[in-house]
Amino acid sequence: MKTNLKQKLLNKTALTMSGIALLYLVLCLMVYSGMASRQLLLVILPISCHIVLAVSLNLVVGFLGELSLGHAGFMSVGLFTGCLVSIATVDVLPMAVRIPLSMIIGGVAAAAVGLVVGLPALRLKGDYLAIVTLGCGEIIKNVINNLHIKKGPLAGVLDGALGLNTKTIYSNIKQLLPFLIVLVLLVVWVVLNIQKSRHGRAIMAIRDNRIAAEATGINVTYYKLMVFILAAFFAGMAGVLYGHGFSIIKSAEFGYNFSIELLIIVVFGGMGKVHGSVIAAILLYTLPEIVLREFSDYRMLAYSIVLIVIMLLSENRRFKEWKDSVSLKKLFKKMFKSKTAVAVTETDAKEGGADES
Amino acid sequence: MSHKEYVKEGSRMVPYPSGAIVPERDLNKTPVLEAMHLGIDFGGLTAVDDFSLTVGPTEIAGLIGPNGAGKTTVFNLLTNVYHPTRGNIMLNGYTTAGKTTAQVNQMGVARTFQNIRLFSNLSVLDNVKVGLHNEMKENLLSAMTHMFGYKKQEKQADERALELLDFFHMSSLAYDEAGSLPYGAQRRLEIVRALATSPKILLLDEPAAGMNPSETFELMENIRRIRDTFGIAVMLIEHDMKLVMSICEGICVLDHGKVIAKGTPEEIKANTRVIEAYLGKKTEE
Amino acid sequence: MITLIQALLNGLSLGSIYALIALGYTMVYGIAKMLNFAHGDVIMVGAYAVITSVVQAKMPGVLGVVVSIAICALLGVTIEFLAYRPLRKAASLTVLITAIGVSYLLQNVAQLIYGTEQKAFPELFDSIPTLTLGEVSIEGSLLLTLGLTAVIMAALTLFINYTRVGKAMRAVSEDKEAAELMGISVNRTITVTFAIGSVLAAVASVFYGASYTYIRPTTGAMPGIKAFTAAVFGGIGSIPGAMLGGILLGVIEQMSKTYISTKWSDAIVFGVLVLVLVIKPTGLLGKKISEKV
Repeated sequence: MKTNLKQKLLNKTALTMSGIALLYLVLCLMVYSGMASRQLLLVILPISCHIVLAVSLNLVVGFLGELSLGHAGFMSVGLFTGCLVSIATVDVLPMAVRIPLSMIIGGVAAAAVGLVVGLPALRLKGDYLAIVTLGCGEIIKNVINNLHIKKGPLAGVLDGALGLNTKTIYSNIKQLLPFLIVLVLLVVWVVLNIQKSRHGRAIMAIRDNRIAAEATGINVTYYKLMVFILAAFFAGMAGVLYGHGFSIIKSAEFGYNFSIELLIIVVFGGMGKVHGSVIAAILLYTLPEIVLREFSDYRMLAYSIVLIVIMLLSENRRFKEWKDSVSLKKLFKKMFKSKTAVAVTETDAKEGGADES
Repeated sequence: MSHKEYVKEGSRMVPYPSGAIVPERDLNKTPVLEAMHLGIDFGGLTAVDDFSLTVGPTEIAGLIGPNGAGKTTVFNLLTNVYHPTRGNIMLNGYTTAGKTTAQVNQMGVARTFQNIRLFSNLSVLDNVKVGLHNEMKENLLSAMTHMFGYKKQEKQADERALELLDFFHMSSLAYDEAGSLPYGAQRRLEIVRALATSPKILLLDEPAAGMNPSETFELMENIRRIRDTFGIAVMLIEHDMKLVMSICEGICVLDHGKVIAKGTPEEIKANTRVIEAYLGKKTEE
Repeated sequence: MITLIQALLNGLSLGSIYALIALGYTMVYGIAKMLNFAHGDVIMVGAYAVITSVVQAKMPGVLGVVVSIAICALLGVTIEFLAYRPLRKAASLTVLITAIGVSYLLQNVAQLIYGTEQKAFPELFDSIPTLTLGEVSIEGSLLLTLGLTAVIMAALTLFINYTRVGKAMRAVSEDKEAAELMGISVNRTITVTFAIGSVLAAVASVFYGASYTYIRPTTGAMPGIKAFTAAVFGGIGSIPGAMLGGILLGVIEQMSKTYISTKWSDAIVFGVLVLVLVIKPTGLLGKKISEKV
């Protein structure tokens, strides 16, 4: 049992990483050979960005246990800053330098805003913190919506509610895909690693019991800030790439509703489960786009219902009992239930139990 | 780990220069904990007043009193969960004024809680490793990359955590989820986690609550073993008089937020005020 | 000067609406210890109820308002029973996400029924004459908003302080377990709280509809969040606090619209929200809530 669980812990990172890598390998083959449909080409960028955004939001919601309703705000800070850098340097730097550079600057800008938001918000927890993040997200949206660049070489590029003109840095998916792959793999890898480190344990300890964490010597303020900054940094980087895929970007897109969609992805994938966020980001984006076209009116309705049901079930004792009773472990036991192979049953059942969840 | 048998050395309680009593063996050492005239008010209501206590570096001290006497509030004051309205706390000669709870822990105070507070979604091993947090030198870069000494640090932490769990015969549970443990094991895990922070004094808030006599006896042995093995002071809040009287060297009795008696178990047993306030009720039952 | 008086009056009117909504937040927060994120969307439902009953079913205005109040009360109680009651002991994160889900559900149901296009709100208060004092003209609906809000608040204060149910509500907000031991049904008290809050939201929806004239499925979200700000501003759990906070926030918003810019008014209101929460989370009239260790 001991070794099984240990192996499971070791393998989870490798499994998630190789799964994502495989997925992108297939995508690469399709995109660069010209086999990919127009539809597929269109969704690669938003899905990849949603993966990064959801995984980074999971850091706040799933690991730290605090609700952030302003994640889209952090993303747009990164997006607008990074894209402005990219626009300013478009004639000077080659793409291979310009995009990573603007991503880093965008990420740092978002992280700085994360720090500014996080610092005072740290005194708060629960509902109040959620509302402050919501308020900050809306303020960011409102502020960007009122920014104009009227002078200098970038005059007219950013014009309030008309948005940011990103035509000059527009890149197609063939150009962006390598950057997306690196970003997604990097973020997922880093977040998975943090989870199994001294810092990740401290963060999850705060989630499980803040008072006990403090009494155990964990600097709660430091870790809350760290999570906010890190999540904002990743979201900002994703934002920069997102901005490169369109010819115009309006800050109004990245308001409360966008943040809620990200939250829905995190909850669907399972709070604290990185691979869950990845899968949920892909499914929630592709299902309505490709599979459930004619039901698109009901998409958000269905999501909201599922959101409520997931929350209600997570607190339901009978559901938990039922879930345990239908676990893979039991299933294995049933499948191998023959009097001649009792010994085999035992070992299989154990392995099944370890692989499950 | 040094295995000193403090009890066998003799633990006569002697007066400290300040008038407080400590075990004789601790006489010439800086007391691990000195609370001086602590007091706290909650919205005009005085919860604890003029609380003074000295605990020697290897003493097992007891804090007793009827329900609502303010015992847990004292623990919260000692760990800076509440900041005292009046008075001062010295740990090994350093004041804890202005420190956070986490900093007080790093200064050497670890505690358990009356209502168990574990990191219930983490494994037993990880709960202990959270306790080792400040001992580990794994920086953020190595945490993010699992390189640059990560494996070595984690291995050391695993070994240390398992060693500590072994102390309470819990290493076989290391990979279970903490929240799924039975009650007694949860209480023990809380103590192990506290010990993992390498405290100089361990505060136990009703460690025997909900335990049967044989479990209580085991706990008693364990508390002595902790003191002897780690060479630290233990202070406990407890309602089980038998436990308190048999393992505590110095006892402090609290009633309505005030200290009404301090002394050895024998002195406490004979103190009329204590009998009135506390033990009197017990004998009536 | 005239602009100032006009802005102040409009601010008072808007503030009254916020105050009515804020009362629902503050009562629920005080008693059930949860942030009912869907409260703002109850306003939207109330407004649509008026539209359907008055415009489509051709009911007289007063009856339309009564229908709207009844529907909102029923909705509030139903939401509490189905979504929040099973989570009474759950973590606040779980409850908050559920509430967000309910909010989204209401918006999307409204969208399916009424579409995303905005719908005109019937002109209920046209018959009330406009009052002219010198150069300041006060619309009838504004006067009605101010007057009725004042009456409702007075009635609510009396209700909370002097009736059995009101006393039970105060007892539950102080200490659930003790109230339960005293024979007060906590569940029933919470149900009543949701009903009252939703009725107030329905009234607010009528005033809101009258002054903004158009309704869409997302109408409730913004006033909802702003009213929550108002509730926190005044001190969550405090009824006079919600009134004070609502009025103040309404005036601040109107003033910033008049004197700074409409474009920045949301940022200013949210700025107030963040500042209040960060600097004085207990609000103007609230009590400090300490955590049990």
